[in-house]
Amino acid sequence: MQQTRRSFLTIMGAAAAAGLARPRLARAATSITVLNWQGYGTDEAWAVKAFTEKTGIQVVHDYFSSEPEMLTKLRTNPGVYDVVLINSARVSQAVADSLVVAADFSKVPNAAGLSPDLVNSANRNIDGTGYGVPWVWGMTALAAREGGTIPDSYAALGDPANVGRVALSDDAVTMVALVALLTGQDMNKPTDLAAITDKLKSFKPNIKLMWSSEDQWNKSFAAKEFDLSVYWSGSSARSKHISKLPVQFVVPKEGALVWMDTLNVVSGSANPDAALAFINYMIDPEFYVEWATKVGAPASANSTAMDKLPADDLTRLIHDPKYLKTSTIQAALTDEQREAFNNLWQEVKAFYAA
Amino acid sequence: MPLDPANSTQLREPGGSRKPLPPWASTAALLVPTYGWLTLAVFLPLCTMFAFSFLTATPMGKAPIVFTFKQYRAFIDQPYLLGVAWQSLLMGFWTTFFCAVLGFFAALALVRATEGKVRETLLILVLLPFWTNGLVRVFSWTMVLREGGFLDYAIHSVWPGAGSVGFLYTRQAVVVGLVHGYLPYMILTCYIALVTIDNTIVEAASSLGARWWTILWKILLPMAAPGLISGSVLIFVPVIGSFMEPRILGGRVGVTMGTVIEDQFTQAFNWPLGAALSFTMLAVVLGIFATFSGVLRRGTAL
Repeated sequence: MQQTRRSFLTIMGAAAAAGLARPRLARAATSITVLNWQGYGTDEAWAVKAFTEKTGIQVVHDYFSSEPEMLTKLRTNPGVYDVVLINSARVSQAVADSLVVAADFSKVPNAAGLSPDLVNSANRNIDGTGYGVPWVWGMTALAAREGGTIPDSYAALGDPANVGRVALSDDAVTMVALVALLTGQDMNKPTDLAAITDKLKSFKPNIKLMWSSEDQWNKSFAAKEFDLSVYWSGSSARSKHISKLPVQFVVPKEGALVWMDTLNVVSGSANPDAALAFINYMIDPEFYVEWATKVGAPASANSTAMDKLPADDLTRLIHDPKYLKTSTIQAALTDEQREAFNNLWQEVKAFYAA
Repeated sequence: MPLDPANSTQLREPGGSRKPLPPWASTAALLVPTYGWLTLAVFLPLCTMFAFSFLTATPMGKAPIVFTFKQYRAFIDQPYLLGVAWQSLLMGFWTTFFCAVLGFFAALALVRATEGKVRETLLILVLLPFWTNGLVRVFSWTMVLREGGFLDYAIHSVWPGAGSVGFLYTRQAVVVGLVHGYLPYMILTCYIALVTIDNTIVEAASSLGARWWTILWKILLPMAAPGLISGSVLIFVPVIGSFMEPRILGGRVGVTMGTVIEDQFTQAFNWPLGAALSFTMLAVVLGIFATFSGVLRRGTAL
């Protein structure tokens, strides 16, 4: 009895091992697994098909619905993923846990066209090593109604000329970073939160509403409820192009809040070369132009790809690479910072309401 | 007993009478599904949230979690929350007040002036808004109340020179949206209370010379008090915690305890603070009900 059970277990174990081993062996030749938000570029069916036809590499996708979930998936499934999308603000966290490997640009020919401002970002250069290939980026700054005065500073949010005509983003991190720029502070490490609170409170007579979604923004702007707003670059292109709203995206002299997403090769990937080949394809101008013009996409980190867009393309016009010189890329926040920013924003909102 | 085959066969014999279950057993059997479900769906999550409210951070992820009372100090550390809480209570009061006035008279009209098919149709019309999504109803109010909205349009078509009366993004707009959303509760509870009033009492009063306002104040209102009070409780509690209506209709002034708590859960990812604020508000509401419990008991005992 004992003997039988043991041999039964052995057989089961062997079968399980074989079952586990088989997919890895099979995909060793030609398959990579990509971890990303669903519907965010890498899983476009036409793109995956074109990539497979070109290289013979199969692409499998898995998705996450929050950044903590992405990190958890990488931690608990070593060896399963080959490519992962990480917001550059989270790269240091992934590197600290050795979840991703350094970016090897020698195997990514298209990296030659990457914007140096993005490549040199402190977010991805950790202890002298570059991690993650910059993929796409976008900005948060101002949006003004066409035909009115175009502001050159965030101070316009508190300008008496705009009484009752301003909308803010109902997001603590955005608003604190933006006013940190206005008060001359490092937006990623503001030290004088009291100055930011006072500046935000001084906007009170101008504030009409605080928006929390692109849809809400479009409806209110179309109803002419405000003329000046904190807004996202990609959304402003959609509001103008799809909703036909008379909106102009403005990056004032203090610069914009820039976010950047990077594609990384995962530690323990069985096919780092195939992973890099896929990343190379993702920043290829050919793929990007089709993605941006047929589906709609944020700005590519590859300036060569941006130059291939039609001259009148809104995404291209709005995401002028010169803004990267004057702007800062949003970095990771500690839990203490996040809590302090949120409490600050709640206090400001209560002040607006009082 | 089931182990004994002789006994079990005996039970199945024709004519053998089965022992009736004790009364507590059938009561328990009928109550268990409901209370089991309530325990699972309401009580346990509430207990979890209560436990969360004593932690330093949301217990998801790697950050170390420590027991603390600091979340309950929020009203001391962030004194502006007192103003927010006061505004939320005022909002709850005004919404309940307008619902009570409008709801009582609507129910009175339904009971005293309609019958049969007409009454059924009107009752269904009262419930009709419940069949549409709350978000849609609130957004449609923004189209009515905004400057140049339907309200302005209607007024300008009668009086072209009039200025704008749009009052979107004010506290009044929030109360309008909330009254619209919660009025059906009040109409229904008042209707149920009023419909049970024996018509002969009203006839007796008027035959003895009582005027309509005497009948209203001395007979209808006291007898409908249970409906008014249960409707008010049904409305006051959720209104204090409402966040969608203030956020969409309130604009800049739409900051309530509901929106503050919602932000803690959805934006700040600070569940402990959100939970602590919720339980503090729960304590305040219970305190209010305890203060007025005498009135409530007298009202509902009728």
